[in-house]
Parts: sequence; structure tokens; C-alpha cells
Amino acid sequence: MSLQSQTRPVPSPARDVRADAPRPRRRRRSFNSTSRQEIVLRYVLLVFILFICVGPFLWELSTSLKGAGEDIYTTTPSFIPEQPTLDNYTAVSNAIPVMGYIGNSLTVAALSITGNVFGATLAGFAMARLKFRFRKIVIGAFLATLVLPGEVTIVSQFVTIKDLGLADTLLGVALPGMIAALNVLLMYNAFRAIPEEIDQAAVMDGANVWQRLRFIGLPSVKGTLAVIIIFTFIGAWDDFLWPLIVLTDPQNFTLTIGLQYLASTFSTDQRLVAAGAMIAFIPVAVVFASLQRWFFKGVGEGAVKG
Amino acid sequence: MKSHRWFTPWALVLPALIWLFVFSIWPTLNTIRLSFTNTKPLGGGDFVGFRNFVDLFKDEQLGYALLNSAIYMVVCLPLLTIGPLLIAILIQKKLPGITFFRTAFYTPVIASAVVVGLMWTWLLDDRGLINNMASSLGFIQGPLPFLTDRWLVLFSAISLTVWKGLGYYMIIYVSALGNVPKELHEAAAVDGASVVRRFFNVTLPSLRNTIVLVSILVSVSALRVFSELYILTGSKGGPGGQDMSVVMLIQQYARGFYGDLGYASALSIVLFVVTIVPMLVLVRINRKANDQ
Repeated sequence: MSLQSQTRPVPSPARDVRADAPRPRRRRRSFNSTSRQEIVLRYVLLVFILFICVGPFLWELSTSLKGAGEDIYTTTPSFIPEQPTLDNYTAVSNAIPVMGYIGNSLTVAALSITGNVFGATLAGFAMARLKFRFRKIVIGAFLATLVLPGEVTIVSQFVTIKDLGLADTLLGVALPGMIAALNVLLMYNAFRAIPEEIDQAAVMDGANVWQRLRFIGLPSVKGTLAVIIIFTFIGAWDDFLWPLIVLTDPQNFTLTIGLQYLASTFSTDQRLVAAGAMIAFIPVAVVFASLQRWFFKGVGEGAVKG
Repeated sequence: MKSHRWFTPWALVLPALIWLFVFSIWPTLNTIRLSFTNTKPLGGGDFVGFRNFVDLFKDEQLGYALLNSAIYMVVCLPLLTIGPLLIAILIQKKLPGITFFRTAFYTPVIASAVVVGLMWTWLLDDRGLINNMASSLGFIQGPLPFLTDRWLVLFSAISLTVWKGLGYYMIIYVSALGNVPKELHEAAAVDGASVVRRFFNVTLPSLRNTIVLVSILVSVSALRVFSELYILTGSKGGPGGQDMSVVMLIQQYARGFYGDLGYASALSIVLFVVTIVPMLVLVRINRKANDQ
């Protein structure tokens, strides 16, 4: 589609002489031009949806910045804080060990990312580029587990972690998701896209498996790897149910659990809760906004998630 | 020509296979085993036959949870199947700034359910923005108990889920819309079909599979609801615990007040049974799509 935002339709090339009858009106909206009304209507709708999607975030941000002297319950809500202050953010770090919680969340995310990058890359490469017996069965096994909602196995997952002596540890939170079947399949798909001929030529030239992975495989799956890293980070950072089951000691809380604890303890002070929510939200928002190009490229590839 | 030794692929697949077995296959089998025991968080584990399953039938809360899930599904299904499709059609047209809008619409998806739940708790508070606005505009006399009324909490949670899901399914539709042959649209336009007619006669038929896929994903995720209800009800599950979902019940028994892993496993099997129906349809559609 054309990117033009012009309002008048493109003058059509010299018309057939016989077609001197006035064109039907509808024709004016041909495929490479959009009428002014349509563009206005589209933007009105876009802004309306934008308001619904982003409004709550802005209201939370505004609440978190309002000073103690401001009435946050007024019947005439004001989006702009009259006395903008960061006091609430300081108050959050006094109420809960925010930095420790962020560190815990980052630890879980780092473990997950590392495990997935290595485990999924190696397995995906072998499944896509190397011939071996039972290959189809292996692929099928990864596929089959996708249809099982994670919540079904969460209890026995916890029993397993407990038996491994990892209950109430960050490793216990990260471990089950360190090589996700979905990521293995995403990598498998990405490696499959490489033309066979290149591989065959490399084999003829005596390249070993490691060299084929390093010089042929990896350069062409960078995009998928980026997507896996982003998804894994956001998943680990946002996860709530699983860490809630594994962790009991407040020292080990990840940020989402800590935030829920903050909200239940200080539910009367909405400014504080709002500041906590923003602390948890802003890092993800920044990661997402700066990497969104990769993100949307990859979502199309692996649309079925969860 | 031999390109590698026989064990090389196995060595590469091994870590992933270990994970698959230890954290997918074994837990699935173990869930079944556990559901026949009286395993507690701190011990136990004797075989008790079908006692957990008999208890399921007597469990009033499970009844509420299943009813809530059914309502959840019935409300979410039309909203999250049709809404995101319309937004996807809106966002598909490359207007200036469309990338910004797309990113903004996706923001609720990447935010943690806890963050979003707390945001909505504040919006729906007795003295929160929504009640205040509605009062000052004269729609309501007193504040509506969005967070404390048995039914209103459920519908608050549903609206949160819908709000959070719009962007997620929008993206699925956007990538499907990209595959609708342009020529069809152009031909229909040349034939003088209106935008609405083109939508019904060109877009919808070519999206049939995606629409079915999305509706299955929506119904499965409606059955898996946890965080929204947990946060909005302040982990209590509403008045008398009537606003729990099946997953929330599982969490309560696994780690919460009740502490009975055997019973929690039996509940997990219930969850599996109720989600397997849409799942089976999903697998069939996947197979169809792969055959093409």
C-alpha cells in the first residue's frame, strides 16, 4: 500500500476516450487513495482506542507523581499533578526492598534467557539441519506439550522443585522455564528456512557440525533469537502465579510478588501502590518500546503462544 | 556422504529433551499420580483412591469456579474474537504514525497482570476515577461496588481480561490479514463492492481459520484466568470465595490456606478436562493448516 496521506485521489492516467460518462462516485476510493473523510474517521477511531489502552497507565503514572497534599479522590480528576514529586517512589523503596526484588526478577530473567538461548538453539538446529533416527518423534514430542496449559502441571511442578530442594529459591522459579518447548520449535522453524544447498555445500567442503551452526545457522536466525530473548525477558519479569507458589521468604520475592505484597499492606495509600506499579511497568515498557520492531516481526512468526 | 556422527544430534537435543521430560512429561504423569494421594506441602503421600475426586463433587467452591469460568468464556469469546479483528483492520492501513498506535495498543499485553490488576483496582475503587466520573456526570447515585460485589468483581475481571487481550489477538489477526490476497480486494473494488461487502465477502472467508484459532485461544485463556481475579479481590476470591477461578482454587490448595497437594492435583485434572475440548479443536485445525 502507498504511504501517502494526501487527501485528493491521484489523477488517473489519460482516460480511454470512449469512457466519457462520469465515473461512479465509488470509484474515487480506489486502492491507492483514501478519501479525506475516511482518514479522519480512522484517526478518530485510533485515538479513541489509544485512549482506552493507554489511559489507565497514564492515570496510574499521574497518581504516582501526586504529592501528599493533593487530593487524589477529587470528583474532578486532574491528569496533571499539581505538585509533581518523586516522594512516592522513595516511599516504596522504604516500604519494601525494591532493589532486591528487581535484582531477583533480573536473576530469574537472566537464567531463563541463558537457558533458552542455548538449549533452544542447539535443539532447534539439530532438529532442523541434521538427519537422525526418530527425528520426527522428537519434533512431535515438543509439539504435543504445547497443547497442555501450564497451570495444569503447576502443582506437580512444585512437587518436583520441592523434591529437588529448590523450593523458595530463585533457581526453583527459573528452572522449569529454562528450555521452553515453544522456543525450541521457534528455533527449529527458523533454522528450517535456510536453503539445503548451502548446508550441502558446506558438508562437501568438510565443514563440521559446529562450523555449520556457527557460520551458516546462527547468522540467519538472529531475528528469532532476538524475539525469544525479548519474550523470555518479559515473561520472566511479568510472571506471577509460579513465583507465588514457589517463593515464601520475602527476601526471595520477585518484583511482581513484592508488588502484590506492597499493595495488600499499603492498600490505603494509592499513591504508593501506583508508584510500585510504575516501577514494575517502566522497565518492560522501555524494553518493549525500544525493541518493538523485532517484537512485531517475531509475533507474526510464532503467533500461537500459550 | 556422512555429515556427522550419529550421536551429535542427540547431544544437541539432549538438554531440551531432559527439560521436556522433567518439566512437561513427568509433571503431567505425576499430576495423575498425585491426585490419588493425600500429599500435603510438608509430607503425606499415601494412596487414598478416588477420595479427592469424590470430594470434588462436594466442593461448593469448585461449582462457583466452574460457573465463573463459563461466564468468563461466554463474555470473552465474542468480544475478544471480533474486537481485535476490527482493530487489526483499522491498524492495517499504513497511515502516518500507525507504528506508534500499534505499539500503544500492544502495551497492555506486555504489562504484568499484577501491574494491570493494581491499576484497575485503583480505577474501580469506591473513590476511584470511574466511580467519581460516573457520579459527577450523574449516572449513578452512590459508588458502585466494583471490587466487593460478587457479580461486579467477576465482570470487572472480565473487562480487564478483554482490555489486556485486545492487542494480543490484534497482532495475530494483523499477520493473518497480511496473507489475504490483495488481488481479491482489488477485483472486488473494481466490481464496485462496498467496504462492508468486501469485508464480509473477501476478508472474512480468507480469515476463517484464524478466527477459529483465536476463538479457541480465547476460550482456553478464559479458563486459565488467575491473576486478574487474585489481584482484584485482594487474594480473597471475593465474598465467601465465590469469585475464584479453577486456577485460583488450585493455587489456594497448593500454596494458600488449604494446603492439600493431592486435592490440588485433582483440581488440575478438572482444569485439564475443561480445557482439552477447545485444545482438541485447535490441534485439528493446526493439522489442517499443516496439510495445506
